[in-house]
Amino acid sequence: MQGTFLFQALIYLTAAVIVVPIAKKLGLGSVLGYLIAGIIIGPFILGFVGEEGEDIMHFAEFGVVMMLFLVGLELEPELLWRMRKPILGLGGLQVLLTSAIVAGISFLFDMQWNEAIAIGMILSMSSTAIVLQTLQEKGLMKTSAGQNSFAVLLFQDIAVIPILAIMPLLAVHQVIVVDGDTHSETSLIGGLPSWLQTIAVLGAVALIIIAGRFIVRPVLRFVASTRLRELFTASALLLVIAITVLMTLVGLSPALGTFLAGVVLANSEYKHELESDIEPFKGLLLGLFFIAVGASIDFRLIGENPTLVIGLVLLIVIIKALVLFVLGRLFKVGTDQSLIFAVGLSQVGEFAFVLLSFTSQENILSIPTVSLLLAVVAISMAITPLLNIINEKFIVPNVGTKSLQQEIEADAIDEKNPVIVAGFGRYGSTVGRFLKANGVEITVLDIDSDRVELLRKLGRKVYFGDATRYDLLKSAGAEEAKLIVIALDTPEKCIDLIKTVKKHFPNLQIMTRAYDRADSFKIMDEGILYFYRETLDSALRMGVDAITMLGHRAYRAERAARLFKKHDELNLKKLAAVRHDRQELLSTARQSIAELEQFMLADLQQSTLSNDEGWDVESLREEFKTITLKQE
Amino acid sequence: MAQVLILFAHPMLEKSRTQKTLIKGLDAMKQVLFHDLYNIYPDFDIDVQAEQQLLLNYDIIILQHPFYWYSAPPIIKQWIDLVLEHGWAYGKEGKQLKGKKIFNAISTGGPDFTYVEGGFNKYTINQFLAPFEQTAKLCNMDYLPPYVIHSTHRNDEATIKNQAFEYKRLISMLTNNEVNFETLVNNKYINEIIPSQISNF
Repeated sequence: MQGTFLFQALIYLTAAVIVVPIAKKLGLGSVLGYLIAGIIIGPFILGFVGEEGEDIMHFAEFGVVMMLFLVGLELEPELLWRMRKPILGLGGLQVLLTSAIVAGISFLFDMQWNEAIAIGMILSMSSTAIVLQTLQEKGLMKTSAGQNSFAVLLFQDIAVIPILAIMPLLAVHQVIVVDGDTHSETSLIGGLPSWLQTIAVLGAVALIIIAGRFIVRPVLRFVASTRLRELFTASALLLVIAITVLMTLVGLSPALGTFLAGVVLANSEYKHELESDIEPFKGLLLGLFFIAVGASIDFRLIGENPTLVIGLVLLIVIIKALVLFVLGRLFKVGTDQSLIFAVGLSQVGEFAFVLLSFTSQENILSIPTVSLLLAVVAISMAITPLLNIINEKFIVPNVGTKSLQQEIEADAIDEKNPVIVAGFGRYGSTVGRFLKANGVEITVLDIDSDRVELLRKLGRKVYFGDATRYDLLKSAGAEEAKLIVIALDTPEKCIDLIKTVKKHFPNLQIMTRAYDRADSFKIMDEGILYFYRETLDSALRMGVDAITMLGHRAYRAERAARLFKKHDELNLKKLAAVRHDRQELLSTARQSIAELEQFMLADLQQSTLSNDEGWDVESLREEFKTITLKQE
Repeated sequence: MAQVLILFAHPMLEKSRTQKTLIKGLDAMKQVLFHDLYNIYPDFDIDVQAEQQLLLNYDIIILQHPFYWYSAPPIIKQWIDLVLEHGWAYGKEGKQLKGKKIFNAISTGGPDFTYVEGGFNKYTINQFLAPFEQTAKLCNMDYLPPYVIHSTHRNDEATIKNQAFEYKRLISMLTNNEVNFETLVNNKYINEIIPSQISNF
């Protein structure tokens, strides 16, 4: 069994690693790449994958669940509330109209009315996995096409619940023997009276919201305080899986549940950390899902009846696209954005696989109809990336206003502060507070969860996470910021961050805290000019107070300290230039100490500082003794 | 071609109207160095050697500043105290600045008629500037009549712009050796030698 699993993993990963980069290079996008990889390893070309493809598809659907969690994290509740119109209006009308039209046509093709309704509802769904992945890859999420696509997909996710409830009612002309069994498979509460089911469903949703607010954050904080990164990843996975299990128990869509949890946690300080942790799992599972779809396309069925299958695919794609386009225009979306939106959502989604298997269990649709529709669904998904390319290359450029990248409104999560402060401990907090006090807006990154919690209570924008990570820096707005203040706890981490920033964000001016001389040398080796030894200034301030207490006048002491600092910094730079030669280092270091000692001794013995000759000069006194001024 | 060094001092340039406009574009002028003292020495720790080296390279020195309390902001005094060292700028051996020209370019809130003997301010601008004049004399430098902008509180944007334009004209006259220093001693303010036809800017 172990061997089989590893062998399968080998095949799937190899296919993905070879095919997807090629597809990406050719401009086809990763989704199409995975689908092609799936077709290649599927039963009709290489035959590495057979019946188990479907199991893998069910497993990989978990990727969709994770994706919705991530989408939820990006959506703060107020943003969701602002989107209520497109979600209910656009999404609701799309599901209703498409279901009605498809059902009508099915009825005309001699289907029973109940079969027609089932088919209509099933085919009205679009693929969240394909559409969101594509939109994110193309950076279209924030355009009106992207936002409306998202609204429709969200409504469809919600609509699955009533559709699953209606399905059994459509099974009128069949003897329902296995009804109880199928329910108990999917849902624990299936056997309960309907009012109790409703309460259980509402309770589960309430549980997610309340737990997200009051339990998950303290738990994450506790886990984060252990500073074990893999434990945080484990918690993130646990969260998603727990919600999935809970949702499945009450018969709700797991995707909807995790989406809700994501929204609840969107305002939390762990948002970016959670995103970074779930992201790779989501990507892999979605890839697996697309491969499974590719592998499950039944080419034999297509070969037997090519015109019927292809005709059906075209028919359904055109109907869906037309309905979406008309609705887009109705909701005042521009022509080109409507086109992207309509073509993007024109496929049938992964929910159709679930719903189709449900209808065959409930004996609503016959087995041949179901397998025909399965092929149609898979092909419609597979051709979506192709249709998108055709649409973007040939149709959109020739119509409309060409406002492809138009952003609908500034997103609340986008940071545009000019300064990023990495590390808000003893050092960074002072810098940060000073900047704030002078009206400079800062974005803070910190890894100490307790501190993050405290700062958040004070109303600061603070992100929890390891600042040396590229993705976190990017989310914090490193591409737009002007400078980064590096004040992490250890010299090693500071150097790590310097390297990351130099590599990925050359636009950022780097200012860094330095631990001591040796650390300063390393920082200078990185080419950083603005580094600050963390104890130098306070030690000198103490020195000033010390000699003042011993009777030196305060202003002179103050100036002596500044002179000392300039001298010390100059020496540091001199040493940096020669320190690779150890012999020379010793001599220069000794020379430097001697020089400093001389400098300071001379300074203390004189009645004024050496470079303040202008004030009460000895030479002037001498000169006055030799001359006599004429008195008038 | 004369080299002009502008020693500029304004502790709160953010709030300034006149001086902020006057200095616009100065750093881009040829043969001119705009030296912003408060920006270079926020801690008042003037680098004496560097300043002295700088002075050697310039023929004309302008002390540009607001006329706070009938004098200059403190960094100018600090600069004079520390840079004009005995044995370098003055004294038996101190001849390094000999022959260089120096004058103040100042802005005052009060109108010109308040700066007359027996007037509201009791003394003329030239009388108030006596310490600078004598400092220059002690350093063997030629002290020129000051460039003065009066009534800064009442001047509107257009007037200030015009003054800035005139000031730049004056500086380019200095760099191009278009100023007759012989007759300049007769002028109360150096403003008077700037040709007036350009003031419709």
